[in-house]
Amino acid sequence: MAPQTDPFGAGSEQAGNRLDPHLARYAERTRGMTASEIRSLFAVASRPEVVSLAGGMPNVAALSMDTVSSTVANMLATRGQVALQYGSGNGDQRLREQICEMVGLQGIAPHPDDVIVTVGSQMALDLVTRIFCDPGDVILAEAPSYVGALGVFRAYQVDVEHVAMDEHGLNPDALRERLKTLAAQGKTPKFLYTIPTFHNPAGLSQPQERRMEILQICQSAGVLIIEDDPYGLLGFDGVIPQAIRSHDEDGVIYLGSFSKTFAAGIRVGWAVAPHGVREKLTLAAEAAVLCPPAFSQLTISTYLDTQPWMDQIKIFREVYRERRDATLESLAQYMPPGTTWTHPTGGFYVWVSMPEGIDATAMLPRAVTARVAYVPGTAFYMDGQGHQSLRLSYSYPEPDRIREGVRRLGSVINEELKLMHTFGTVGAAKKTGTSKGSTPGPDVV
Amino acid sequence: MSNQSSLRVVVLAGGLSHERDVSVRSGRRIAEALRSRDVEVDERDMDIELLPWLVADPPACVFPMFHGAAGEDGAIRDVLDLLKLPYVGSDPEACRLTYDKPLAKTILARSGVSTPDMIVLPHEAFRELGAAAVLEAVENAFGFPLVIKPSKGGSALGVSIVHSAEELPTAMVTCFSYGDTALIERCISGTEVAVSVVDLGDGPVALPAVEIVPDGEFYNYNARYTAGLTEFFAPARLSQEVARSVADEAVKVHKTLGLSGFSRSDFIIDAAGIPQFIEANVAPGMTETSLLPQAVTAADLDLGEVCLALVHDAIEAHRQ
Repeated sequence: MAPQTDPFGAGSEQAGNRLDPHLARYAERTRGMTASEIRSLFAVASRPEVVSLAGGMPNVAALSMDTVSSTVANMLATRGQVALQYGSGNGDQRLREQICEMVGLQGIAPHPDDVIVTVGSQMALDLVTRIFCDPGDVILAEAPSYVGALGVFRAYQVDVEHVAMDEHGLNPDALRERLKTLAAQGKTPKFLYTIPTFHNPAGLSQPQERRMEILQICQSAGVLIIEDDPYGLLGFDGVIPQAIRSHDEDGVIYLGSFSKTFAAGIRVGWAVAPHGVREKLTLAAEAAVLCPPAFSQLTISTYLDTQPWMDQIKIFREVYRERRDATLESLAQYMPPGTTWTHPTGGFYVWVSMPEGIDATAMLPRAVTARVAYVPGTAFYMDGQGHQSLRLSYSYPEPDRIREGVRRLGSVINEELKLMHTFGTVGAAKKTGTSKGSTPGPDVV
Repeated sequence: MSNQSSLRVVVLAGGLSHERDVSVRSGRRIAEALRSRDVEVDERDMDIELLPWLVADPPACVFPMFHGAAGEDGAIRDVLDLLKLPYVGSDPEACRLTYDKPLAKTILARSGVSTPDMIVLPHEAFRELGAAAVLEAVENAFGFPLVIKPSKGGSALGVSIVHSAEELPTAMVTCFSYGDTALIERCISGTEVAVSVVDLGDGPVALPAVEIVPDGEFYNYNARYTAGLTEFFAPARLSQEVARSVADEAVKVHKTLGLSGFSRSDFIIDAAGIPQFIEANVAPGMTETSLLPQAVTAADLDLGEVCLALVHDAIEAHRQ
């Protein structure tokens, strides 16, 4: 066998090839969908040698597989034919009733007809954006904000205006200021997207009085609130904060999920929405998936009916509290001076701000070489902020692995500081650019 | 087509380098190509189970497709030699020479291959001599633009093109995030081509050069692995004379570095039509957007056929 084409100069008339015959067909919104160095580094983070503090994965090891197994068997024995069939576009009636009981813990009292079941709350967020936003519309989100939400907003070509946070979450003064600026530009945001409880990625919670203040600001400005609340039941002190939605049924769409209170793999979430919105969400959901998966819905419904699910949530809280403690203790032990971090009272995440000038994105290869992974802060902004910050997720690794991971991270930051001093780049972290290239995949949201 | 069902090959891909993701895709493509020729293929990652598994049930041949450290630095091939297993590609010594870009450039320059001027500086040199003074000396000697890259590694990870003194420190920090030694090279403008060389039993032969025209300033990671961001011409739009010259240079690189089986060398054809060697690869990418598979297609060959010939050649070489 030998090459049959003369390699010497036969290509002068040759047309170029971009290796994708569909290039001319793609929608404008796919423009930013490219490979990236950061995504490639996350492939290494999946290896067991690497302590991954990147992925916000629920600790399903704390869930009894015997319980899940018997729940599924029970469900199939009693409602198997329903579980294996198409279902209603807005979700199973019994599950919607149970969701109403659950959200009652957060002070929300909806009718089951106000609930639409979705494929994770991610789908609810997608549907909400789909029905409200045209390309170029403006929405508001915390700075930083949930990377999965930013992915949705980007896909619908929405302009995200970030609103600053302080130690109590979204800053009302910054919100007023941003609304004023936008009004001066003749822009009205379609909605405010907020995670008031155990924020992803910041790990902060809004006190009740702040929630009321934010609600009043939005009511005055005529801005709808999208309240995303996947972690609301996971407070380490057992206190369940009251949702913003509990104070306003018409001005707030509430998103919830079973991913953190049962299992992420079951992919069931929900939206609680006002009547008119709910109808459109249902039609949009039917267009997207016909109906949410009956098998998953009935499994959860059976679980909620037959198992002490609140006891399981208490187990989850303890698992995450232990890991939060390990994270905070080791951060105090290993981080260099000038590093600060949040102190979450629930949820999965700590937000770390590094000494001035360190670029968390540029540092990631060094961290992966040292066998520790995190998500660079830029992933949580649409406007190029976040270079100096990173998110650590403590939800999944064992406490000893967390301590080792944070120890490695401390060494990496110290090495980076030495490098920056060598090159005089202290204080020179990038301040501009977009984050689309650094957006991690679904395993690190 | 003969039935190869009695032939079992293990494709090694993944690993712990920064190029793990690319390696996984390359390995999958090689495995599919071999399966298309009825070869029984197992795909394995690098882990503590690998060696006992290879010893317990030795395959007819191993096809290493690890990219980056432990894959292209010769380490895994040293271990395969210890296990007396045949494998496709270059031996450990050739890998070590090639994977170290400054070393490869030095050896090739001595053999008459043109390559851009360079300076090689470990991190410690900047720390001990003072970065500002060292960078000023580099700037005075080479001027701008400069290419800053890690001395080892691939996929353009950690690579920057620098146009001014202000951009140098950040480029150095980026480079040192991927390795401890920087290769600073004079930036050559011209036509960027990759020439793959295969030895299918009759000695190393150059496949048609593939010309690379990225949309952005250079052929970075995104441009390499996102279909559509780069335009390729295979064969490259070169005069017959230049095409022959760069093919000869690629074969010379292959022979001078002692490479076996297959390799890919990257060149810039400068304004005078001279191929300037940039780097060589002992485990070149085999993904859907990679260059060697495009060269195979341009040569009217089939990737499965080429891979199978490489396997047979490796087994035969091992017997001898």
